[in-house]
Amino acid sequence: MQYLPNILFAIALIAGISFFVMNIRKIFRNINLGKEINRTDNKPQRWKNMIKIALGQSKMVRRPVSGFLHIIVYVGFIIINIEVLEIIIDGLLGTHRIFQGFLGNAFYGFLIGTFEILAALVFVAVVLFWTRRNIANIKRFLSSEMKGWPKMDGNMILYFEMVLMTLFIVMNATDTTFQQAGIGNPISQFIAPLFDGFSAEAVHTIERTAWWIHILGILVFLNYLYYSKHLHILLAFPNTFFANLNPKGQFTNLESVTAEVKLMMDPDADPYATPAEGAEAEVPEKFGASDVIDLNKMQLLNAYTCTECGRCTSACPANLTGKKLSPRKIMMDTRDRLEEVGRNIDANGGTFKDDGKQLLNDYILPEELWACTSCNACVEECPVNIDPLSIIMDMRRYLVMEESAAPQELNAMMSNIENNGAPWQYNQQDRLNWAKED
Amino acid sequence: MNVPTMADMMAQGKQPEVLFWVGAAGSYDDRAKKISRAFVKILHHANVSFAVLGTEESSTGDAAKRAGNEFLFQMQAMMNIEVLNGYEVKKIVTCDPHSFNTLKNEYPSLGGKYEVFHHTQFIQDLISDGRLKIDESTLQGKRVTFHDPCYLGRGNDVYESPRDLIRRLGVNLTEMKRSKSTALCCGAGGAQMFKDAEKGDKEINVLRTEDALETKPDIIATGCPYCNTMMTDGIKFKEKEAEVVVKDIAELIAEANNL
Repeated sequence: MQYLPNILFAIALIAGISFFVMNIRKIFRNINLGKEINRTDNKPQRWKNMIKIALGQSKMVRRPVSGFLHIIVYVGFIIINIEVLEIIIDGLLGTHRIFQGFLGNAFYGFLIGTFEILAALVFVAVVLFWTRRNIANIKRFLSSEMKGWPKMDGNMILYFEMVLMTLFIVMNATDTTFQQAGIGNPISQFIAPLFDGFSAEAVHTIERTAWWIHILGILVFLNYLYYSKHLHILLAFPNTFFANLNPKGQFTNLESVTAEVKLMMDPDADPYATPAEGAEAEVPEKFGASDVIDLNKMQLLNAYTCTECGRCTSACPANLTGKKLSPRKIMMDTRDRLEEVGRNIDANGGTFKDDGKQLLNDYILPEELWACTSCNACVEECPVNIDPLSIIMDMRRYLVMEESAAPQELNAMMSNIENNGAPWQYNQQDRLNWAKED
Repeated sequence: MNVPTMADMMAQGKQPEVLFWVGAAGSYDDRAKKISRAFVKILHHANVSFAVLGTEESSTGDAAKRAGNEFLFQMQAMMNIEVLNGYEVKKIVTCDPHSFNTLKNEYPSLGGKYEVFHHTQFIQDLISDGRLKIDESTLQGKRVTFHDPCYLGRGNDVYESPRDLIRRLGVNLTEMKRSKSTALCCGAGGAQMFKDAEKGDKEINVLRTEDALETKPDIIATGCPYCNTMMTDGIKFKEKEAEVVVKDIAELIAEANNL
């Protein structure tokens, strides 16, 4: 019986981590539904970007208030993992504050003291975040795509963090021997007197309860990530590592199109020629994207990484002038549809069964896509280098090349380019007239 | 105005230092034609040997590509590359950030590899090589704000060369609240120039013009023919034509030097 808590702890830990690993594998599987894209060149630059942007939060601080608060929560999260490690070892071995003897009172006190201060700062930051989200009327939190689950998700994360931080302080405050030692309790010493009237046994029970709920809460929170925008705490790292390194104005040249255009322009090509012996029979490729599986793996990773912060949308000229386009919604729709496809695959024994739906029209409307000026403001703004523009472009390509569904005026523009070599209806022979005028 | 073509040059057995890619706007649009002419005046003034393709030039395909028509884009690109490579072009300069971006970034993987400059970069080089001086007395004291074109700024990280040239005009350069990497689009990019905007509560070029007007400028400087059109329309919409003019940096330099 003496080992019961240890066994229960081990079971909770294994269950929590296994469930998490299972879900992470599902994310990998879903991302791998996307098309291959090579993003492994120039490794030094990629490491540099990841360290600067994901670890160093360099793009967060462009908005000083939320950037600063975010860094507090982020640093708190990173550092407190040392404390979590101690809790795990204690839980498994049945020890109590094993690092104290190991590290010596002075250093241990310094560490725990730091955690307490960070926990208090995180608590304050999270309360301010909650206020910004729910009371301050900040436009980017009020968009239509933020109603319902996305709003609740944002708040849930904040509640989780408030509770976890409170439990950590309470746990320390009710640890009588820890309080008596007077090391590393800069915050909890002020909470401890609240329990003065309680019996020693009651205080101990509170301490144990706080300890257990704290660690179980962390395991639950870990598993909440999969369902939440909070997944960014993990995926921001690969996402910044594999992000586009080319100039933002450079769009991909579709290779499948190049092959066809070359054939069209080659005067010696015989369109009826049989393919050379041994050449693979070509499957006609779909041009552009109408569903998530037409997108590439990076675009799908982008969708899972999105934190729904809305910095992209608040910089989008189309959105600022009241048009339907919201780059954040493009990312959220892509993730929603990808998860739907994933659930479909799970339900059908590993293969996707046509559900009569797709990303285009069922989630994203052509009206949203055509409002984009391709100005890259959304890409520039994203704190973790997500590229909503590439998805918009791939979907436009589908609309134009597969469906011939461009707005009328664009069709006119394109036939002008085709016939006159200019988007306007002028004669190419007049192209140098400007030099003769004035 | 003497504007030699590559065909003329070739007939004389000459290879110019640089090809001036005029672009469709610079060739046909009445407002943008003035920018082309101002730039040619600067090239002559600095004794640059240059040529244009003239009637052999065709759309780069940028607008088709942003509209999603990759087929049309690549056909245009390959035809242009054939012409450019036929003339053994090495160096290209253009006043249009869209042509600049496409020629510089999107043509190489289709077989067109050139050294491509935006005219503000090219003029900057002329100055640092001592081939051109800007008279800073003509426009002295004017308040000028610069609107960053997306395909020059965010698209290719070129923020300094236009600003450097504006400072050399001896004017008072002011920045809008949204500038450089956070600049607001003029509303014309991504083929929007050629269609009506989707339903909203404002036009993008009006919002951007309001950004500019907040700096109380005498001149809104641009480095893109499409931005120029959009900002000019914005100024008209705001009925500020009497107080504010929209000018390309090439036009300002030509004006400063009385070209």
